[in-house]
Amino acid sequence: MKTMTPTRRRPKARPPVAVLVLATLGGALFAVPLVAMLIRTPWRSAWSIVTEPELRTALRLSLVCSLSATAISFVLGVPLAWVQARLDFPGRALLRAITTLPVVLPPVVGGLALLLAVGRNGILGRYLFDWFGVRLPFSTAGAIVAETFVSMPFLVLSVEGALLGADGRFEEAAATLGASRWTIFTRVTLPALRPALIAACVLCWARALGEFGATITFAGNFPGTTQTVPLSVYQAFETNPPAAIVLSLLLVAVSLVILVTLRHRLVVRT
Amino acid sequence: MSVIGHWQERLGEGTIVKVCRWTTSIVLALVALTILTPTPGVAKAKAKESTTKPRSTIGAKTSTTTTNNNTALRATTSAAPVTTTTSPSLTGSINVSAAASLTASFTDIASAFEKANLKASVTLNFAGSSTLVTQIQNGAPADVFASADIANMDKLRAVKLVIGTPATFARNRPMIVVRRGNPLQVETLADLGKPEVFVALGAPGVPVGDYARQILAKAGIEVKPKTLEPSVSAIVNKVALREIDAGIVYVTDVAIDEYRVDGVAIPDDQNVIATYPIAALSNTKNNVTAAGFVSFVQSPAAQAILAKYKFLPPK
Repeated sequence: MKTMTPTRRRPKARPPVAVLVLATLGGALFAVPLVAMLIRTPWRSAWSIVTEPELRTALRLSLVCSLSATAISFVLGVPLAWVQARLDFPGRALLRAITTLPVVLPPVVGGLALLLAVGRNGILGRYLFDWFGVRLPFSTAGAIVAETFVSMPFLVLSVEGALLGADGRFEEAAATLGASRWTIFTRVTLPALRPALIAACVLCWARALGEFGATITFAGNFPGTTQTVPLSVYQAFETNPPAAIVLSLLLVAVSLVILVTLRHRLVVRT
Repeated sequence: MSVIGHWQERLGEGTIVKVCRWTTSIVLALVALTILTPTPGVAKAKAKESTTKPRSTIGAKTSTTTTNNNTALRATTSAAPVTTTTSPSLTGSINVSAAASLTASFTDIASAFEKANLKASVTLNFAGSSTLVTQIQNGAPADVFASADIANMDKLRAVKLVIGTPATFARNRPMIVVRRGNPLQVETLADLGKPEVFVALGAPGVPVGDYARQILAKAGIEVKPKTLEPSVSAIVNKVALREIDAGIVYVTDVAIDEYRVDGVAIPDDQNVIATYPIAALSNTKNNVTAAGFVSFVQSPAAQAILAKYKFLPPK
């Protein structure tokens, strides 16, 4: 954990009043809803709500899905990030744009695209079903695919950033010493990136945990198989608002812990 | 390597970026054009309006409010029921939140209402009734609410958001919706219990889901749905996409989408008929037009539209 905090040598600026006022308004936009949620949380019944069997099911499912999505993202995303960072090939900008698309795309659109691709009648999905009997939509596997689709770009982006900033000379040295390309990748490149990889995985996991749009579109909404915590918040908002607030607060807490822990990694450094 | 280098020279990243940039600007320009060009219907309505009064926005606004007050006075002084189809006095805009199953019929009814009341305009908001109730409870600007069941209307009545007693304006028959051609040969409610049939029902609180659960419970059939959807439209769309094999929606939904899905009738003795109440909401700033729309929905003109879409008359 050396030199994680950026050195602060900036002179203490006296801010213009207008900037201060606007910044306060900007900050309030995020802070006030959070405070409102804390005020409106039914603290007395909070524990009984969280331990309700239905919500426990949603929590367990969310954990399983988000962790699986993170694992898949790691296995597929790190090589993708390496290709994007280290290989020079035509269309690299296009590839980068495509792999980053889910970051800005409405997740519902992602879910729809997934249905058209690997849905039961999707261009690939129909063969998955005919040949292997695999049906992704409306299954837990489908929820994992949806979460992977939405969260992997976050991992790819951060790993690619780390790779671009990494010192390539160690790899060159390893190559001159006769290491194979695979050995260099697994023994030199990846270990050097470990802090970045951990941060990328946690970020990816947090995004997967909060995934809603793609999941409800592609995987549907059923308790126990595809109803993750965000989906159950959405449904509880109509049937059991106190439960919705408690669950939301839980998601907020988890995300906040992650963001505070990763603060130094997430700040854009020049 | 040389091949790649060659291609990069011919068609480098610069070119791709340029193409993307051009495409983006063209798409943005097209989007802007589409947004800025008024739709023909609106333009016509505006043109009609302009023949009756000068088209200055501020002037138009004030005149609207004054006429609005006049109508309010007239409505209170004359106790005689206003026949809305002929009354030209309804003005201003109202928001109507209506159950998703009313999408097609209420779109027609709203334009008929606007034709009968040239100075009034209706903005429609369709979603599952339970979603609409949540929106309205949290301050969504709605003047009229049309629900697909009594339970959701009662949720708003309980918090005093409804003016007066809701009126039942239609009924609807639940029906099994299946993929076009019914490849899995779903013929009865019992077929929905088969494990190979992917079933979608409405989520708890969504009227069509609650009706479906009543129907299935009455028939003693256990169904394990693959997904619980927030509205009838969501169920029909998933069946139309062929990702779900069957669901329970209304006769009216299957009638609208007859080119995308098929329907299987539920026998009357097993069925539960859906009741649709409508009411003006107490948050409305346009009482008169809201009430006018509510009575228009019960008028013969609107009832004919509802019948065309296969709704049952309100008893």
